[in-house]
Amino acid sequence: MADFDAVVIGAGCAGSAAAYELARAGQSVLLVERGNFAGAKNMTGGRLYTHALERLIPDFRDRAPLERRVTHERITLLADDAGFTIDFASQEMKEQGQESYTVLRAPFDQWLASEAEAAGAELICGIPVEDLIIDSSGVVGGIVAGGDEITADVTVICDGANSLLASKAVGARMPLPVHMAVGVKQVYELPADVITNRAMAQSNSDGSAWLFVGDCTKGHFGGGFAYTNAESISIGIVAGLEALANGGEATVCQMLEDFKAHPCVAPLIAGGKLVEHSGHMVPEGGFDAMPELVGDGALIAGDAAMMCLNLGYMVRGMDYAISAGQMAGLAAAEALAAGDVSKKGLSRYRDWLESSFVLKDLEAHRGAPEFLEGFDRMFDDYPKVVRDIMNGMFVVDGLSGGPLRDAVMPALKSVGIFNLFKDAKGALKNL
Amino acid sequence: MSMITAELNIDAYLATNKYEVAPESHIVLRDGAAGCDPKEFDKLIRACPAALYRRSEDGIQSFNYEGCLECGTCRIICGDTIVESWNNPDPGCGVEYRFG
Repeated sequence: MADFDAVVIGAGCAGSAAAYELARAGQSVLLVERGNFAGAKNMTGGRLYTHALERLIPDFRDRAPLERRVTHERITLLADDAGFTIDFASQEMKEQGQESYTVLRAPFDQWLASEAEAAGAELICGIPVEDLIIDSSGVVGGIVAGGDEITADVTVICDGANSLLASKAVGARMPLPVHMAVGVKQVYELPADVITNRAMAQSNSDGSAWLFVGDCTKGHFGGGFAYTNAESISIGIVAGLEALANGGEATVCQMLEDFKAHPCVAPLIAGGKLVEHSGHMVPEGGFDAMPELVGDGALIAGDAAMMCLNLGYMVRGMDYAISAGQMAGLAAAEALAAGDVSKKGLSRYRDWLESSFVLKDLEAHRGAPEFLEGFDRMFDDYPKVVRDIMNGMFVVDGLSGGPLRDAVMPALKSVGIFNLFKDAKGALKNL
Repeated sequence: MSMITAELNIDAYLATNKYEVAPESHIVLRDGAAGCDPKEFDKLIRACPAALYRRSEDGIQSFNYEGCLECGTCRIICGDTIVESWNNPDPGCGVEYRFG
């Protein structure tokens, strides 16, 4: 008899959701977290789309430590000396079930893990899992942590983007640099009213999500972000590892430094007090970089399974993690009840993922990572083209100006009309 | 490779974080930092979000695990050319995000 029906590795979004469902189904479940508390090792940009959390915990709005509801979406094309920003606000993005909130992982993950505990899961923190117990036929039967073996009929692997266990559990390959990005983020504290004003939000419970493309990563694959929290602003850079490996002089730390000093960005955090500098990897390889999701006695969910999507205008991961974790927990509970935790017995997890938004989204956008990786003009040329057009339209110097085409056409021709059509077609198809 | 302002400021940034520094490094480099292939080492200089991989003005390469953010970027970006092993820090050790 195993020590637990299930052991879940990692108390992030996926792990706590899996443990929550297993506990609710009456299974004995151990949730093991290497940080001193859930969330202590985790970082997000970040924003959480709530539809997934609502399915897990319908009344989460009453209890979850959410920072601000996102009521403004901003995207900026950033040239070194200019920025062109789209600001979108709508009633629809505020509707219940469609709304999103900025979050900070230390408070959020502690809350989600406490929900799993309240449902009956046993949480232990401060213990990294060193290894998996795997028998000679490849069946996973628990973990090795703190030098002790803890046996379980099902092991759910949710150890995050830098998964040290995915390869052992389901034979995942080591991720390639082209499949991963690195995020570096700083949190600046500011008074709530100041943040509300800078976000142009209506109240202190509303705020903005802001993505940047162009000069923030020195023309390479990646982007900048800024999210307004209740009493702080999260600001950072995400840069593709392959592009960084082959890149020029700039370091990610210098990219963030220059980004924060950019005249379009600096006013957002002016006067703020730095309270944290964090870093994390982002699995951006998409559908084709995902490992096998089910093994004998093992399931894998969340960032560890590369369940993340970056489309440039939208970045998602936590909602996939929550739903995948939930499905992993439910599938494991069913398999335990049926007495078959083999790969076949657990395969319902994969079936459910395939018929849900998780794998449907990831598959529909499977071309996005490669397209974006090769979309150099988006990171270098287009922000400058837009700057030149806008300067032509808005800058008045008292010399006689021609019609609009005089401002637009030279800029467009600099990048090539054919390239524009090609890129527009590629973006519409892949993003 | 220049790091201009970032290198001047990064230690102050990391000082805002909460750490419980482990007695030994959880990241082991194959040939020590000084002996690493400079071209591969450049990748780590560019990509480490804590700027822990550095080259001094006289060309000496160094690495200090103490400010590690445990992202794993160095485990991926150079394949197996530089990082020999990357393990989680000892129980209770490493960075502890208060915001995240």
